[in-house]
Amino acid sequence: MPRMNMVQAINSAMDIMLDRDPNVICIGQDIGYFGGVFRCTDGLQRKYGEHRVIDAPIAEGGIIGSAIGMGVNGLRPVAEIQFADYIYPGCDQIISELARLRYRTAGDFFAPVTIRTPCGGGIRGGQTHSQSPEGIFTHLCGVKVVMPSNPYDAKGLLIAAIEDDDPVIFFEPKRIYNGPFDGDPDKPAVPWNTHPHSEVPAEYYTLPIGRAEIVRPGEDVTVLCYGTMVHVCQAAADFAEVDAEIIDLRTLSPLDVTTIRQSVEKTGRCVAVHEATRFSGYGAELAATVQEECFYSLEAPILRVTGWDTPYPHAFEWDYFPGKRRVAKALEQVLEMS
Amino acid sequence: MTRTPRLHIPHPPARPGADPDFSYVTRVPAGSVPRPDPHTRLRDLPNELIYDIVRVLDDEGTAVGPWDPGLDPDELQFGLRHMLETRAFDDHMLRMHRQGKISFYMKSRGEEAVAVAAAMALKPSDMLFPSYRVQGLQIARGRSLVDLMNQCLSNSRDMCKGRQMPIMYHWKRGNIFSISGNLTTQYPQAVGWAMAAAIKGEDDIAAAWIGEGSSAEADFHHAMTFASVYRAPVILNIVNNQYAISTFQGTAGGEHRPFAARGPGYGIPGIRVDGNDFPAVYAVTQWAAERARSGTGPTLIELVTYRVDAHSTSDDPSRYRPKNEADAWPYGDPVERLKTHLIRFGQWSETRHAALVEELKAQVERDWAEACSYGTMTAPPFLDKNELFEDVYADMPPHLIAQKKQMRALEED
Ligand SMILES: Cc1ncc(C[n+]2csc(CCOP(=O)(O)OP(=O)(O)O)c2C)c(N)n1
Repeated sequence: MPRMNMVQAINSAMDIMLDRDPNVICIGQDIGYFGGVFRCTDGLQRKYGEHRVIDAPIAEGGIIGSAIGMGVNGLRPVAEIQFADYIYPGCDQIISELARLRYRTAGDFFAPVTIRTPCGGGIRGGQTHSQSPEGIFTHLCGVKVVMPSNPYDAKGLLIAAIEDDDPVIFFEPKRIYNGPFDGDPDKPAVPWNTHPHSEVPAEYYTLPIGRAEIVRPGEDVTVLCYGTMVHVCQAAADFAEVDAEIIDLRTLSPLDVTTIRQSVEKTGRCVAVHEATRFSGYGAELAATVQEECFYSLEAPILRVTGWDTPYPHAFEWDYFPGKRRVAKALEQVLEMS
Repeated sequence: MTRTPRLHIPHPPARPGADPDFSYVTRVPAGSVPRPDPHTRLRDLPNELIYDIVRVLDDEGTAVGPWDPGLDPDELQFGLRHMLETRAFDDHMLRMHRQGKISFYMKSRGEEAVAVAAAMALKPSDMLFPSYRVQGLQIARGRSLVDLMNQCLSNSRDMCKGRQMPIMYHWKRGNIFSISGNLTTQYPQAVGWAMAAAIKGEDDIAAAWIGEGSSAEADFHHAMTFASVYRAPVILNIVNNQYAISTFQGTAGGEHRPFAARGPGYGIPGIRVDGNDFPAVYAVTQWAAERARSGTGPTLIELVTYRVDAHSTSDDPSRYRPKNEADAWPYGDPVERLKTHLIRFGQWSETRHAALVEELKAQVERDWAEACSYGTMTAPPFLDKNELFEDVYADMPPHLIAQKKQMRALEED
């Protein structure tokens, strides 16, 4: 089976869908001739033409608004927002329109738009190239939110997103485009090709949206995480020598509550981890869900490990980033409590 | 035969491997565009302001025509020095990025006149809302390079306290607003600043800069509408350097009409100027400032120039445009053109020029050494880590106090 990094897997998903379905188009800034600033659409315009892989003006509201119009007119647009930090000019179109179109027209109109956007920190990008705004979008009713943590999932989930009749916001953790990252910036970069999930079928396959994966079974504590933090949490469990069950949520909305419930009922403890800021963040939703679903199994309070409640700084990136030690500390804490 | 619509995709004039082709760039002789009185009503302004290009320096380096601002030799030398200083600073910082000393950089080579001449034509109390590619504004307003370097290093004297990527400067005392990573946000903000000046009855004006690519953002429309409705004392500059990142100006909507032509649609005069012609940029800015300051209203200026270097240190332009395109740019290099002009009038010489280049190079190196003495990304003195939690709010709320404690406790472990 071919080995792919995350960029190649994402590229392959779009390649396959452009090939299979003449209604699929891609639109975004610098995605056409250039192939995207992270190279996710490399070669696709050459292969499928300028009418299907379209360079857009710098106007996120225009990209998303026009993608909605295309979707209403029978296409399946895959829109790229160059950085998640730049999605905000498109927010009215996402929040007021894309998310609610099906509902307000009683199902007569809908727009099967996929919005791909790189997110997350760890690249010294400061406050405008490092954000994790997923919690803003999981708060919406009517869009699905996905964030893969490895090449295999990225491809299968992106194809599923493109085929989905509902809008999907597909977050791509840019720090792990080229290799898994366990949160230690001093270690040499590791490429994907030694990771089992870099084995990616060349052909079409899908993974179901709304299904989490247990990436490491364990008995003592359930760790809920996604994106880059999946790798950080594994390193943290090793570091703390804790028998943690690590769940990669993969889809944030709709949430796979069953997998979470089964795990927490077994372990009796839970830590939720994300890079995004804490207050009103996605971890709050996880904590609320876990206590509602598993209250009588819980042996300790649910802890959250998150980015601090400040904008993402350029200096002190590694004090800001919720790395291995911060997660390990929470794992130890939650095991001590009861 | 029936016809159906076909999606139009704008194509740049030349791709890698092809010969550069700037035949689309309007060429008019220097001095040919009339200079109307700045208080002329929009409907009485000549179309040449938009469809031609205001130029002052001719091919021989003589200043000609009604837009010649008649600057003194020492003003021109001041402009040349600050363009060269900007260039020396840019070159040094790119080298420092290559050596891993800073995390990111963006150069303004070829676009120095756009910033330096404009800063000189405005009053120091006028408020500037820059993009990331007009560092010459800071330099022409007398900012020390050490301050700019400190920011790029996120060191102990960084005016942003480590919170922004390199080049996202601000200068409260120098009346230069904070640079945002989010394109075009400064445009309506500049209009609001100008509206406030008008509300308060003050005669300071605002000026803002964006690239032509950024003019596609909705904030451009907001700025134009508000500036027009309230006749805000503001100058709105579009620096058309032909490229956004990989996409050429046609992708931003510049294929059929100059960007300057967007002004009249909003009720705002537009002027197109040769951005590599120092006196022309000065003169057009002065004209727009006169309109703004006297209450006549806002102006949209399109500065036609060329981005000589990569978009940023993360970019590789050889992937999307011919390698030697810069050499074919019909309007030359702003530094060379001002230099030729000064030499022609006996106010400058090759020897003085070479000496100045050397002097600035040495100065930049001295400044860099000084900046590094205030800390680098890897060497102390570092910023205080607790600063991470400051300035989120005016007063730190309890949850941030708690998080700050938590971070400290982690360090002590
Ligand atoms: C809202 C937003 N969208 C996208 C970007 C990414 N981006 C940064 S610079 C740039 C190109 C801007 O081109 P232009 O306005 O022409 O200015 P130039 O770089 O040529 O000076 C893009 C797309 C951004 N910074 N902000």
